[in-house]
Amino acid sequence: MIGGLFIYNHKGEVLISRVYRDDIGRNAVDAFRVNVIHARQQVRSPVTNIARTSFFHIKRSNIWLAAVTKQNVNAAMVFEFLYKMCDVMSAYFGKISEENIKNNFVLIYELLDEILDFGYPQNSETGALKTFITQQGIKGQHQTKEEQSQITSQVTGQIGWRREGIKYRRNELFLDVLESVNLLMSPQGQVLSAHVSGRVVMKSYLSGMPECKFGMNDKIVIDKQGKGGTTDDPGKSELGGSGKQSIAIDDCTFHQCVRLSKFDSERSISFIPPDGEYELMRYRTTKDIILPFRVIPLVREVGRTKLEVKVVIKSNFKPSLLAQKIEVRIPTPLNTSGVQVICMKGKAKYKASENAIVWKIKRMAGMKESQISAEIELLPTNDKKKWARPPISMNFEVPFAPSGLKVRYLKVFESKLNYSDHDVIKWVRYIGRSGIYETRC
Amino acid sequence: MPAVSKGDGMRGLAVFISDIRNCKSKEAEIKRINKELANIRSKFKGDKALDGYSKKKYVCKLLFIFLLGHDIDFGHMEAVNLLSSNKYTEKQIGYLFISVLVNSNSELIRLINNAIKNDLSSRNPTFMCLALHCIANVGSREMAEAFAGEIPRILVAGDTMDSVKQSAALCLLRLYKTSPDLVLMGEWTSRVVHLLNDQHMGVVTAAISLITCLSQKNPDEFKTCVSLAVSRLSRIVSSASTDLQDYTYYFVPAPWLSCKLLRLLQCYPPPEDGAVKGRLVECLETILNKAQEPPKSKKVQHSNAKNAILFEAISLIIHYDSEPNLLVRACNQLGQFLQHRETNLRYLALESMCTLASSEFSHEAVKTHIETVINALKTERDVSVRQRAADLLYAMCDRSNAKQIVAEMLSYLETADYSIREEMVLKVAILAEKYAVDYSWYVDTILNLIRIAGDYVSEEVWYRVIQIVINRDDVQGYAAKTVFEALQAPACHENMVKVGGYILGEFGNLIAGDPRSSPLVQFNLLHSKFHLCSVPTRALLLSAYIKFINLFPETKSTIQEVLRSDSQIRNSDVELQQRAVEYLKLSSIASTDVLATVLEEMPPFPERESSILAKLKKKKGPGAVSVNELEEGKREGGELNGGGERGGDSSAIASTPSPSADLLGLRTGPPVTAAAPSTGSLLVDVFSEAGVNDDGFLSTQVSKIYNTVLVVFGYFNKKILHIVPLNDLSERELVTINEQTPQGVFVMAPFLKMFRALTCTILLGLGMALLENVDPNPENFVCAGVIQTKAQQVGSLLRLEPNAQAQMYRLTVRSSKDTVSKRLCELLAEQF
Repeated sequence: MIGGLFIYNHKGEVLISRVYRDDIGRNAVDAFRVNVIHARQQVRSPVTNIARTSFFHIKRSNIWLAAVTKQNVNAAMVFEFLYKMCDVMSAYFGKISEENIKNNFVLIYELLDEILDFGYPQNSETGALKTFITQQGIKGQHQTKEEQSQITSQVTGQIGWRREGIKYRRNELFLDVLESVNLLMSPQGQVLSAHVSGRVVMKSYLSGMPECKFGMNDKIVIDKQGKGGTTDDPGKSELGGSGKQSIAIDDCTFHQCVRLSKFDSERSISFIPPDGEYELMRYRTTKDIILPFRVIPLVREVGRTKLEVKVVIKSNFKPSLLAQKIEVRIPTPLNTSGVQVICMKGKAKYKASENAIVWKIKRMAGMKESQISAEIELLPTNDKKKWARPPISMNFEVPFAPSGLKVRYLKVFESKLNYSDHDVIKWVRYIGRSGIYETRC
Repeated sequence: MPAVSKGDGMRGLAVFISDIRNCKSKEAEIKRINKELANIRSKFKGDKALDGYSKKKYVCKLLFIFLLGHDIDFGHMEAVNLLSSNKYTEKQIGYLFISVLVNSNSELIRLINNAIKNDLSSRNPTFMCLALHCIANVGSREMAEAFAGEIPRILVAGDTMDSVKQSAALCLLRLYKTSPDLVLMGEWTSRVVHLLNDQHMGVVTAAISLITCLSQKNPDEFKTCVSLAVSRLSRIVSSASTDLQDYTYYFVPAPWLSCKLLRLLQCYPPPEDGAVKGRLVECLETILNKAQEPPKSKKVQHSNAKNAILFEAISLIIHYDSEPNLLVRACNQLGQFLQHRETNLRYLALESMCTLASSEFSHEAVKTHIETVINALKTERDVSVRQRAADLLYAMCDRSNAKQIVAEMLSYLETADYSIREEMVLKVAILAEKYAVDYSWYVDTILNLIRIAGDYVSEEVWYRVIQIVINRDDVQGYAAKTVFEALQAPACHENMVKVGGYILGEFGNLIAGDPRSSPLVQFNLLHSKFHLCSVPTRALLLSAYIKFINLFPETKSTIQEVLRSDSQIRNSDVELQQRAVEYLKLSSIASTDVLATVLEEMPPFPERESSILAKLKKKKGPGAVSVNELEEGKREGGELNGGGERGGDSSAIASTPSPSADLLGLRTGPPVTAAAPSTGSLLVDVFSEAGVNDDGFLSTQVSKIYNTVLVVFGYFNKKILHIVPLNDLSERELVTINEQTPQGVFVMAPFLKMFRALTCTILLGLGMALLENVDPNPENFVCAGVIQTKAQQVGSLLRLEPNAQAQMYRLTVRSSKDTVSKRLCELLAEQF
């Protein structure tokens, strides 16, 4: 039960203010501004409690979105809603910026009226919303009464996310597996913590009301099949020896279109897909993660005024694959007065404003190694505090899923229209990105 | 971007500041600062030496970054280098950085001190001033140690420039304030005092601040400054407004200096030398005269400066308190301010008048403004001003105008601000008592007070009214009548019920002759309030009922009926239940003469200082109450519920000579309540609670005592004790009782003639051990024992108080389980 929703710019000026419940007064707007946006100490907690009122905020570029409530709500739900709301807004008018919010404030109020009722989140499916909240004027719309009533019945019906009578000349399906891998490694190369959080994003352009079935190398499913089938492991033959056969998924969440009952009983993912782009599922794994890069740091302090840093990175995947957008960030002490860098590959630069050496490599194949060495000059200070040595962090993008997830099949059934699974053109893509990928030094 | 001047301006700094101001977010600002810091570090680290200008620029940037709230841990060295520069701007920035960012780095402090020393010994007055300002700004102990000896020399040296002298005086003042032990004036004293004669007004102004501070600490050494100050003051006061050209502020000659001189004079008693005194009086008169002159300017600064001097002069007059003539004049001039447009002036006038009112010379003069002050109390919009008006009314009150003032304050109370109500109530109560000519007026006033502001009437106030009524025979009848009338209001405050219950209980008989206030009517009136009151008040009312039984035997049956009702005799509150039970028994068993003795009228209270006054003093802090009321406080009556010397039950009954004697001296009479309290034994102390409750009529007192008893219980509850039937168990070892709920049961039954030996046998037959010499009354039996049951052992204590004459006994049983004590009681009751 969200009591109200406010959007502020970076100065703390209110751009959007929508109050859903009477227990939220006008002063709540100011309370958040004073205690969070203009706080002396930067507020890091996403949830702030001020005078028995809870504020949940997220920040997009310079825009603050804050949900307010006086009740004991599910915080995860509120944040889920806020993120969803960001998605909806960006689907309507692109990047969330002060300018865009000011230009579209009428639309935003209209959306807020629709997706929150008395503080309870409602249908926030962009596709469905776009059918009845449009950006054209009423005059431009030549909707007949029938069309309007059709929208009503669809939105309030059982399959609220898809309308009837969609027709495509070419039935096409895009499936992206997007993963971000998070790591914290000790200087000696010991993994302290690692996990992958992934998403399966689909873009479907299918006619009619198709029924889809999605299969992946989930350990539970593979094991079940292995027991039920022949002694010959079917998973192994299918995947063709590309590393792991199955993965253990720690937890996952699905789009509302997935039939959960079926997942619970048979662990099969079947659904009627929405039209256009949507996120089919989210998951997280912690076991047997392929770490695409290994960072080997070497820091040596030479006296009080000098520091020598050597960092080696090794790529740890098939040589045929290429990693992209590699960036290594080596923090420098706060009293750095000068830096000399030598690197074999890519470009490295000392960025004083961020107190770090940033080393960028455009492309790097698997099973390769590269190295950077830097000499850092220090200004002697009378401060006794030792440098905290923050970890070296890394960014990259690789064309495989670090969790080892593989799409086994995606079947489409449409009984009423005459196209079969074979007629659908399917595209699958794997992208592994770095989340917080850090190595202590 | 701000305009950058060519000469002194630092373009880099201006650009940096404007960059920071244009930052969109905090993150961007931090990035920009990090970048700048890295740049400065590389510049400071760089091999080639920086010129003074860039050093100054970077130090300035660091200073700016520090002021934005970021840590700066370098650049001190560069700032110290700047100190030795010959350019004023560079030196200034260096000093600025040092004063803002100095840290106790020993190495650096030495360098800084060195640089300061150099500047102090240079002949350049600007540099000397910079150095002095730096010392004053830092004001650390190290600095004081290094320069405390040097600065007085500069201050009194003949060839020092005036501006340097000014700085030196203020710098010394600052050092003196931070570390007085290091600043030793000794030999310099007379020369510092003579700075008052300096030609330069600025030097005098600076020096006088120093002298005021020093003379507050050791007035004798600086005594000579009085005559100098007076002559200086008279020169300023008598000068025409054009004489002191630079120091004339909106046509007022040297207002700051005059104020400071007047304040300095307030540190000393009136000058003894007649000539000096005459001159001073002349000055003060001139100031008062000047204040009367029509303003030379309409500007607010002119009147502010003039009034500042006037108020300072008036406080000096009040401080001297020896010139009746001046005091009266001051009072009259303040009177004009009472109706001034400016709220601040009205406030100040009221405040000064408060002190004037306490002076014997001006008290009468202040009184003439009573109407204005009352008006201020009613119409002033600012609560702080109203508060001052109330204070002043309180201060100016005396026998002649008390009635008027009290009436006004009472009527104001109804609308008064909540924050000052309690204080007002106390003040009204004190005034009413202090200046009461006839006590009926006093009773009326206090009852009115309770009616109007019952919530703010503290305990002390209503204790006091009861105390006075009890102690004054002439007012008792009137009080009873008034209270009776007041109680007839449909809704009355609980404090009113308390007072009503008490007074009717004591003196209800005085108005019982009137059929409108017949005993039954009185009782019904009180009882109608019973259910609306809190527990302590109900307890008090129960005591009042039992007193009614004594006063009016005809109400006995009605009251017994009330006491017998379940809501009383089975009340969940222990105190109320016990009272109900005991009073019921007392009324049904005791004969009328017993009742009459037990429920005798309260004896007069001993005369003590009013507790209300003490409370007001505590509230306002010492010194807030004027002197004359302290004197009058002495002749005021005793207090109802006074100081801590009353311990336990001894003073519950004022007539009881010693705590160990019988509570009401009832030993000769029927022994209904013959408890024998002893202060020596904790055991008996605990038991004596019952005795107190029996006859203690005063609920307030009783509840107090009850509390102390509860404290004792609390003490017991903490201990796990063992009661072993041992004959030689002394009372100290008996600090014992491991119970959850203290349970005392009193059983009264016809006393069978019985022998001591028989009793002993019965008691010993129970398995108890008889304890000799525990109870001060040898006739009483005190026993202790442990009852063994299957599940547990139950310790129990027992006391039997026989009274042969009345053929009665009282049995008190206490054990760790209330069921056990009940059963034990029943068993023993059957036995006897």
